[in-house]
Amino acid sequence: MTDELVLEMRGITKKFPGIVANDDVSLDVRKGEVHALLGENGAGKSTLMNILYGLYKPDEGQLLLQGKPAVFGSAKDAIQAGIGMVHQHFMLIPVMTVAENIVLGNEPVRDGVLLDERGAEERVRELSKQYGLAVDPTALIADITVGQQQRVAILKALYRGAEILILDEPTAVLTPQEATELFGIVRSLRADGKSIIFISHKLNEVLEIADRITVLRRGKKVATVSREGATEESLARAMVGRDVLLRVDKPPAEAGEPLLQVDDLHVFDDRGIEKVRGVSFAVRAGEIVGIAGVDGNGQSELIDAIAGLRKIESGTIELAGRTLEHATAREMLDAGLGHIPEDRQVRGLVLEFTIAENIALHDYAEPPDAKWGWLFPKKLVERARTLIREFDVRGGGPLSRAGTLSGGNQQKVVVAREIARDPRVLIAAQPTRGLDVGAIEFLHRRLVDERAEGRAILLVSLELDEILSLSDRILVLYEGELVGEHGADVSEEEIGLEMLGGRRTAA
Amino acid sequence: MAEQDDAPTVAGRLALAQRAGGAAGPVLTAVFALLLGGFVVLATGANPLSTYRAIFDGSGLNWLFPWVSGSARSFAATNLQQTLLLTTALVLCGLAVSVGFRCGLFNIGGQGQYIVGSIFALWIGSSFVTMNGPLHVVLAIAAATLTGAAYAGIAGLLKAITGAHEVISTIMLNWIAVWVGSWLVGQGGALQSHANGASVPISSAVAPATHLHVFWGNPVLQGLDVGFFFALAALVVYAVLLNRTTLGFELRAVGFNPEAARYAGIAVARTYVKTMAIAGAFAGLAGAIDVLGWEFQLGVTDIQTSQIGFIAIAVAVLGRNRALGVFFSALLFGALLTGTSTRNLDATVFRPDLAGNLTLIIQGLVVLFVGADVLMLWLWNRRRRLRVAT
Ligand SMILES: Nc1ncnc2c1ncn2[C@@H]1O[C@H](COP(=O)(O)OP(=O)(O)OP(=O)(O)O)[C@@H](O)[C@H]1O
Ligand SMILES: [Mg+2]
Repeated sequence: MTDELVLEMRGITKKFPGIVANDDVSLDVRKGEVHALLGENGAGKSTLMNILYGLYKPDEGQLLLQGKPAVFGSAKDAIQAGIGMVHQHFMLIPVMTVAENIVLGNEPVRDGVLLDERGAEERVRELSKQYGLAVDPTALIADITVGQQQRVAILKALYRGAEILILDEPTAVLTPQEATELFGIVRSLRADGKSIIFISHKLNEVLEIADRITVLRRGKKVATVSREGATEESLARAMVGRDVLLRVDKPPAEAGEPLLQVDDLHVFDDRGIEKVRGVSFAVRAGEIVGIAGVDGNGQSELIDAIAGLRKIESGTIELAGRTLEHATAREMLDAGLGHIPEDRQVRGLVLEFTIAENIALHDYAEPPDAKWGWLFPKKLVERARTLIREFDVRGGGPLSRAGTLSGGNQQKVVVAREIARDPRVLIAAQPTRGLDVGAIEFLHRRLVDERAEGRAILLVSLELDEILSLSDRILVLYEGELVGEHGADVSEEEIGLEMLGGRRTAA
Repeated sequence: MAEQDDAPTVAGRLALAQRAGGAAGPVLTAVFALLLGGFVVLATGANPLSTYRAIFDGSGLNWLFPWVSGSARSFAATNLQQTLLLTTALVLCGLAVSVGFRCGLFNIGGQGQYIVGSIFALWIGSSFVTMNGPLHVVLAIAAATLTGAAYAGIAGLLKAITGAHEVISTIMLNWIAVWVGSWLVGQGGALQSHANGASVPISSAVAPATHLHVFWGNPVLQGLDVGFFFALAALVVYAVLLNRTTLGFELRAVGFNPEAARYAGIAVARTYVKTMAIAGAFAGLAGAIDVLGWEFQLGVTDIQTSQIGFIAIAVAVLGRNRALGVFFSALLFGALLTGTSTRNLDATVFRPDLAGNLTLIIQGLVVLFVGADVLMLWLWNRRRRLRVAT
C-alpha cells in the first residue's frame, strides 16, 4: 500500500424520504489498499457505494478521483472512470456463458458487427490467469455455483478496467471455503495495485483482510482506523455505539416434553433425488437444537418438509403432540409452528407490501385483523406499530414498504411476525445472514429468551460459530443423514470432521 | 438499495412502476400516444389539430361545455351516450384484466368471458318470456356473471392443476367462445331467430321486459341505460375487494410474490382460480349489460367482430390496474372509439374509414408505451435528476 490517494469522497449527504442515509460522510481510499466499510444494517454503506458507482446522485458533497473532481451521471460514467462494483445480489444472465456475461456491454467485435466469441474467451482466460480467478469461460452461468458466479462478476468489473473495486457483502453468499478463496483473490488484486472497498458484517473477516476500516453509524462516519490495534470488540463498539456481547450468554437449558418429533423422515428434492434419508430427532420445550452441515446436505428439504412446504415421502412429524400427515403450510402454522425462512427477500417477505401487511402475512384472515373476510387495515397498522417498537425495526413505519428497509431491519420484521404468533415450535433458518453485530446480538438474545418461554427451537445455520454458541444440542447433517449428535460442549473440530463425512457418531 | 427493487413477478414490477410515477406516468403515456397518432394523421395529409377536435366533438365530450347549445347540444348528448355505453363495457372488461394483473395473471380471455356472458344473458332474456320482468333481468344478469366466472375459472383451474399458462388457455377459450357463440346464433343454431323464416344468422331478441332502464336519452336510439351504474359500482367493488378483504390481501400477496405467499400459508393455486373467476364475473356482467342495455339481439358478425375484451387490455394497462385509472382510461378509449366511428366523425376533416385505424394505432401505442414504462420512468427520473443538478 502506498499513501497515494486514488479516491476521496468529501462531505457526502444523501437523503431519502424521511431518512438521511448518508450525513456528511468523508472517505478516502489509497492505491493498493483494502478498505473495509463497517456499519449496522441501515447505516448507509450500500447507499454510499451506490453514490460512488453513479447509481445515486448525492444531495451534497464531492467526489475526487486521483485528486480531480468527478461527477457521475450514471454507472456508465463510474465504470469509465475505473470503478467496479459487485452487488450483494449481483446480476448475471443465466442462459449466457461466462465469457459472454463478462464482455456484455463492451463486446469485442469481429467484422464490425459480430461478437468475437473466441476473442472474448481469450480475454477472459488472460484475466483469470492474471488474478488467479479460476473460471471456465465456456460454462453457462446457470450451471456454476454462486461462488463461481461471484468470480465472474469480479472478472466483469476487471474486464471493464476497474481500478477501484467495490464488494458489497461478498461473503454473505459464500461457504467458508469459498470465502477463503475470495480472500486470496482480494490479496492478489491488492498486490497488483488495485484498491478494494470491502463491505462485511463479519468482524473477523474485516480484521483478516482490511488495511483500514471506516465505520458508519446511522448515516454518519464514526472513524477510520487502521487494522493494527483494532479488535472485534472495539469495532463492534464503534458500530453500535455501546458494548456488544459477541458471545451468547445463556443459562443451561431446562428442557421439557418433546414438542417437535421427527421420525424416519424421507424427502425428495424437485429433481427426484432423495435429500433427506431417514432422519429422526426430537426438539423439546425450552431447548435449542442446532443442525450443522455444509450447504446442500438436505437442510432446506428437511425444513420445508416440516413446514408443510414439501411432500414427505415417508416418515412422520409430530408437533405439540399431534401427528400431522401431509399437512399444508397453513395447517402447520395453525398447529403452532413458527418459521423464519432462509431467504427473507424471496420467502419471508412480500417486499412490495407494507411492514404492517408483512406482519399480518399469516394471520390476516383472523380477528382482530379480519372478520368474515373483511380486513381491518387500521388493526394491522396498530399491531405493526407495537411490534416495530418491541423489535426495534428502524428505517420505516407500519406503512413503509418492506423493500425500502435495510436487510437487518427486514429480518427483524420477519422475526417479529413469527415470534408474535406465539408458536410452540420455532424453526430459524440462517436467521442472522447479512445482519450486523448489534442485530445478531439482539436476535440471539431473543432466541434464548424464547427458549426460556418454553418454545422448542430448531436452528439451522451454515455458520458453525452460531450453532456452537446457541445450541443446547447439536445434530450434524451429512448427505441427508444425521451423522452426529452432541451436547453444547463439543469442539468445532469434531463437528467440522463430521460435516465433511469424515466420521460418524450417531446411527 | 437497487437489488431490492427487483420485484419477482410481472405484476410486482407493474406495481412498482405504478408507484414510481404516480398519475404522471399514465397521463404522459396517453399524451405521447395521441401525439404520435397526430403524426400519423399528418402523414395522411390531414390536419391533426382539427382531426382531434372533430374526434372530440364526435365523442360527445363537448356536451360538458356549457356553451354548446341548441341542436349541437342534443347531438352531443346522443354521442356522449354512445361513448358512455362503450365506457361501461370497457370498465367492466378492464377490471377483468386488472384483477388478473394484480394477482400476477395475464388474462387475455376478457373477450371470451364477455361473449359467454352475453350469450347466457341472451338465452335467458329471450326465453321464459312470461316471467316477471325484474326477476327476469336479475336472472339473466346472474346467469351471465356466473357463467363468465366459471368460464374464466377453467383457465384458473388449468393453471392450478397442470400449470398451463393462462395466456395460452385464455386465448384458446376466446376462440371456443367465438365459434360456439357463432354456431348458436347462426344458421340453424339453437338461439337463432325464427323471424324471416330463419334465414338470417341472428338471434331472437330478448324480451322487452328485460331491457335495462334508459335514464338518459332515447331508449330507441341507444340512450344510456342503468348498466353504467353497474360499471361504477363494479369499480367500487374492485377497490374494496382488493384493499379491504382477506381475499384481496391473498390476491395481492400472490401477485407480488407467490413464493412468499406460499410460505405464509396462502393457497396459491386456489387464489389463481378465485382470481380468474372474479375476472370472468366482471367480463360476463359486461356481456349481459350490453345485451340487455342496447344490443338486445346478437348476430354472428356481432360476435366475431367485437373487440371489447382486447381493448380492455389497453384500458387496464393504461389505468395501471387501479379503479380510478381504469375508469379514466375506459372513458378515453370509449371516446376514441365513438369519436372515430364512421357515423360520428366529420368526414370533411378526416376520412372516417381511416379514423377507426387511428384508434387501433393509439391503442397499440399505449400498450407499447406502458410496456416501455421504463422509458417513461427514465424520462421522469431524468427530469428530477436534472432539477437536482441545477
Ligand atoms: N431507495 C431507497 N428509498 C428509501 N429509503 C432507502 C432507499 N435505499 C436505502 N434507503 C434507506 O437508507 C438507509 C441506509 O440504507 P443502506 O442500504 O445504505 O444500508 P446498509 O448500511 O447497506 O445496510 P445493510 O447492512 O442492511 O445492507 C436505510 O434506512 C434504508 O431504509
Ligand atoms: Mg447494504
